[in-house]
Amino acid sequence: MDFNNLDLLYRQVIMDHYKNPRNRGAIEGGVTIDMNNPTCGDTIRLQLAIEDDIVKDAKFDGEGCSISMASASMMTQLVKGKTVEEALKLADIFSSMVQGKDYDDETFDLGDMEALSGVTKFPARIKCATLAWKALERGVEEGE
Amino acid sequence: MKIDASIRDQFPILDQTVNDRKLVYLDSAASSQKPLVVIEAIENYYKTTHSNVHRGVHTLGTRATDAYEGARENVRRFINAQHQEEIVFTRGTTTAINIVAQSYGMEHVGEGDEIVVTYLEHHANLIPWQQVAKRKKAKLKYVELTPDGRVTMEAVRAQVTDRTKVVAMAHVSNVLGTINPVADVATLVHSVGAVLVVDAAQSAPHQKIDVQAIDCDFLAFSAHKMCGPTGIGVLYGKKALLNAMEPVEFGGEMIDYVGLEDSTFKPSPYRFEAGTPIIAGAVGLSAAIDFLESIGLENIEAHERALARYAMDQMRDIEGLTIYGPEERVGLVTFNLGDVHAHDVATVLDMQGIAVRAGHHCAQPLMRWLGASSTARASFYLYNTTEEVDALVTGLRQTKEYFSHGF
Repeated sequence: MDFNNLDLLYRQVIMDHYKNPRNRGAIEGGVTIDMNNPTCGDTIRLQLAIEDDIVKDAKFDGEGCSISMASASMMTQLVKGKTVEEALKLADIFSSMVQGKDYDDETFDLGDMEALSGVTKFPARIKCATLAWKALERGVEEGE
Repeated sequence: MKIDASIRDQFPILDQTVNDRKLVYLDSAASSQKPLVVIEAIENYYKTTHSNVHRGVHTLGTRATDAYEGARENVRRFINAQHQEEIVFTRGTTTAINIVAQSYGMEHVGEGDEIVVTYLEHHANLIPWQQVAKRKKAKLKYVELTPDGRVTMEAVRAQVTDRTKVVAMAHVSNVLGTINPVADVATLVHSVGAVLVVDAAQSAPHQKIDVQAIDCDFLAFSAHKMCGPTGIGVLYGKKALLNAMEPVEFGGEMIDYVGLEDSTFKPSPYRFEAGTPIIAGAVGLSAAIDFLESIGLENIEAHERALARYAMDQMRDIEGLTIYGPEERVGLVTFNLGDVHAHDVATVLDMQGIAVRAGHHCAQPLMRWLGASSTARASFYLYNTTEEVDALVTGLRQTKEYFSHGF
């Protein structure tokens, strides 16, 4: 069977984040955001420690498909140490990327996150990829 | 009579490729495909018959009214209701159940009363009752399931008491494919003076429904799951109950006398059909009923069950694959493929042209009961074939392979 198209979605780095998630766990006393994707049942709990406008720590827990969990893992990795403004900018960049729009890949080192650009070929899965970033946006608002 | 694969010629949508593969549509429990006779009946109605109903003196008005009321009579006959007045056309199962909850429920359920549902309800037959219970400070009780996911009379008896006013139950589970003993439940429910609401969305497309034999008080189903169009469904209710119920929507069509301060309303079914009704939808539903009956509901049911058995026999050989629900079931199989998430399974199958449902199937309490955050479901209908089941099984084996060794 020809799995070439699938390989665009399930890149090795994504499966690595899915199987070995980074920053999975909980933070004492941070901002907690519970979000779910009501169409599929994926859930995520994101916790953020924001001090002096900087995301000092980010951890997540939850249940979901490879795309949603890998995306959460990559997101926490990327926003740690960033300012709130930078984190929100990254959320915008991510949103543009998965919708297949032009996106800014120069301001930040996007790291593993760009592996998720293949999701544009799978419209039904875009919401899986954005769940963690939506939680981040809400968490940053609540943390301010 | 065996259903021949030539039936597929009736369904033009099936003859296409998806992701360069032959389409294998295994998601009919979510929505079925439409045969030419239904598509043509709707087209023909708009080309030759359409006008508004119940108001014009002109000829087209009469023809459209005849088509619409003819459809109602056909539905009455299809589910063996006693009276045409017992057939209300609604937007679908969800709207039908909401009418019962908002009208009958809000009127008859009081503080401290009980509404009984089961753990396997679709959200459409759960949230409307949650809302009534919340507003009326009533208790919402859940019938427990057996370990393999069945509803037994013993479990129903354990929840139904003298305080029970409504019991709402699926005829067939959209996740487990189990058939609930609704006729026996009706007897029990009536013995405590309550009413039984049956969600027949998953049964009406596949088996003969007889509302008098079940003796349910209300029953709801949707056209789009039974070869009919989207946007129309049926609320069956016993005539005396419907006529005693307050309308939920107000406007044209449903009124009798309109004064400046108050108005009076028509009897059922019109009191529940405010505004211009779903005329073309009713025509399409009627054509779908004729189509299903021309093949025979018993043949359709036997065909789907055979496909489900054939599928389960092969799926059991796939290591790590879990099938949910008991052996005895209608034509659907809900499963998980080891630790591969159901969404990932559905995406990989989709790349092979195979359409299955993945997620919580609008039954979150049942998912929690199963201990699964999501599952995949293959559901079969009269147009599916054993070759398609083979394609599913091959697809599942390849999915497993892809996720174990692809990286």
